[in-house]
Amino acid sequence: MYGFGVIKGLGVAFKHLIETYLDDIRLWGRRYRTPEGIEYRRSTETRGVFTVQYPEEKLPVPEEFRFIPFLLYELDENGNRVERCTSCGICSKVCPPQCIWIVRSTDPKTGKPIPAPAEFYIDVDVCMNCGLCAEYCPFDAIKMDHDYELAVYDRQKSNLFNKEKLLKPVSYYATIRPVNYANETAARAAAEAARAAKKANE
Amino acid sequence: MEQTPTLISALETRFPEAVTPDQRKGYSGYLVHPENLLEVATFIRDELGYDYLSSLTGVDYLPEGKMEVVYHAYQSTGGGALVFKTQTPRQNPEVPSLVSVYPGAELQEREAWDLLGIRFRGHPDLRRILLWEGFAGHPLRKDWREPFYEDEGKPFKSRWPEGRAYRIEDKNPFGNNVDYPAGFDPETWLPEGEAALYGALAQAVYPDGSLKTDTIIVNLGPQHPSTHGVFRMAARLDGETIVDLKPAIGYLHRNHEKIGERNTFLGNMPFTDRLDYLSSMSNNFGYALAVEKLMGIRPPERAEYLRVIMAELTRISNHLMAIGALLNDLGAYFTPMLYALEERELILDIFEAVTGSRMMCNYFRFGGVARDLPEGILPKIRQLVYDRLPRKMDDLDVYITQSEIVRHRCEGVGVLTAEQAIALSMAGPVLRASGVPYDVRRADPYSIYDRFDFDVAVRYHGDIYDRYLIRMDEIRQSCRIIQQAVDTIPEGRIQEGKPQYQVRVPPGEAYGRVEGPKGELGFYVVSNGKPNPWRYHVRAPSFINLTGLAPMSIGNKIADVVAILGSIDIVLGETDR
Repeated sequence: MYGFGVIKGLGVAFKHLIETYLDDIRLWGRRYRTPEGIEYRRSTETRGVFTVQYPEEKLPVPEEFRFIPFLLYELDENGNRVERCTSCGICSKVCPPQCIWIVRSTDPKTGKPIPAPAEFYIDVDVCMNCGLCAEYCPFDAIKMDHDYELAVYDRQKSNLFNKEKLLKPVSYYATIRPVNYANETAARAAAEAARAAKKANE
Repeated sequence: MEQTPTLISALETRFPEAVTPDQRKGYSGYLVHPENLLEVATFIRDELGYDYLSSLTGVDYLPEGKMEVVYHAYQSTGGGALVFKTQTPRQNPEVPSLVSVYPGAELQEREAWDLLGIRFRGHPDLRRILLWEGFAGHPLRKDWREPFYEDEGKPFKSRWPEGRAYRIEDKNPFGNNVDYPAGFDPETWLPEGEAALYGALAQAVYPDGSLKTDTIIVNLGPQHPSTHGVFRMAARLDGETIVDLKPAIGYLHRNHEKIGERNTFLGNMPFTDRLDYLSSMSNNFGYALAVEKLMGIRPPERAEYLRVIMAELTRISNHLMAIGALLNDLGAYFTPMLYALEERELILDIFEAVTGSRMMCNYFRFGGVARDLPEGILPKIRQLVYDRLPRKMDDLDVYITQSEIVRHRCEGVGVLTAEQAIALSMAGPVLRASGVPYDVRRADPYSIYDRFDFDVAVRYHGDIYDRYLIRMDEIRQSCRIIQQAVDTIPEGRIQEGKPQYQVRVPPGEAYGRVEGPKGELGFYVVSNGKPNPWRYHVRAPSFINLTGLAPMSIGNKIADVVAILGSIDIVLGETDR
């Protein structure tokens, strides 16, 4: 009683303040606006001031970070885009808020369906970034993006993404998710090899 | 739910006519005739010792033409559930109210009336609770359809293979997306609900000879900085003292349960994140447990450890937020809050690295978890729980716990006794601060909690200060659990079987409950074998804990109500659902 508790508590706040300046001196010039400084301020060792000043500083997002799906395409020898999507519809069926629309394409001559989407829409106003589409896609054709700065002036016109807007190259995917990309490529190569071995045996 | 044979014979020999075991496949418990419900419930509470009514909800069995009310009662000393049900025809469904036996049923019965249209005879204040007077019908009835109705269940054919893309808002423009009851005009409507709300408040009682003064009614909220969201209280004041108080909620209502019944089982997982958005991992946990119970599967070892680590990290981050917000409510403007948020931030970084999202984690799958820990996360968790968090909790202790201002505001205010807390179905820290050492992790262990060494935090004064202290205790206990878990986590698979997006859930009912940070979080799921749940109910702790708000507040000053509400720690996403 007699206010000692309050004074002790103020001591904690004062310590917090002092530590900020001590670390400013210790990490002179490296504490703010450097990747190293940002990493330090989010580590378990950090003390004193904590804030990362967005947008001048941005927290690097971890590999698993997910925000709005995108579609993958590869480039063939002639530089043509080859979409990975086969319009099987699993992403659209698993999507909890049902924000994925897929139009299957048909062969113009025979009228038979071919495994590629004619159109692919995602209403990003409805998308809840749960990542289930990317998780259950059997062809690694839809993945979650890292770009979280999506503010627009007119969401009515611009937030129903079509295929053109959704398609991104595989190389982009490899840069944002290197570990996942390596694992998936290895798994695919292994499956390919297994299939080849099976064929050779027959 | 295991029931001992002696119990069965006791119930059945006592009420041979009124009580029959539920024989339906996949169901358990007893069917009680509505006429005898009060009698049977009193017997269950007084003689069998099931004094804690955890969950009360209704189910609409449209094909059978019946409404069913399901009660889950527990012994406050621990153990499994006693489930009893009562059935009533769908036309004019009416059952006796159990508020006189279990006062904690009050808000839950109002909810069942509001959403299912089941009348509870003898309820003291049976008004709509989540919806407003201008809402047509009772939305959880199976034949009720929302204005943007497309199909009974997802996935919708229009998405694939048809693929006719449209924006939801274009199909349901503003003004067209609402149904009103017959003869209801929102333009000329005067909120008679207000009169009912104020009329439900008790009048002040003056002993003979005392000075009679006028009472006034004061509204706190819905827009009020102290209410942690859009929450409203109407209080009758005598001077500055509270005579009676009623919470008015539902401003954030989105009919989560109806959405859940339209969703596929898996598709509902990310929606549970949005209930109590501060502790999404716990929500995932409860829902996964309920569905796994129906499916009869258990996750592999490593997944169990990951679940426990994540659930306990969530508890820590939630309690840090609760403490910070409580101090804010007390007027310690933002410094304690931000100190608490620093530690929470480090936990959220872990969630982001593991699950991909800071708050909407969507991490649990039926029979496992979504992904394994990425490199470098386990050492970070280890540093947090072995070094940083214990150190920072000691700091916070010095900073807040001993502060005379905090103690003067909190000690002896908003007291709830143990008997009251049990009767009112309070859960979590609020219940344990009143001296009831009831923690689902110990009382009815789930997952692998029986392997860890930790103490159930309990305090005995039942005031705001104890509710604050108990959260500090629980953070330390959670650290202990995580320390053991990160030391013993085995390598191995994280998913039982192949990951599936369409799970086969056999018909039946299941109630999965976990000790969430805010209290007992239960999920009651009924499946009829289809891809969508037939009934999906959330026993939301911050909703039911509001039953205790009035008893805690009456007799205190109006300024204390803000602190009392802060000490219950509600999240409106879960309260309003």
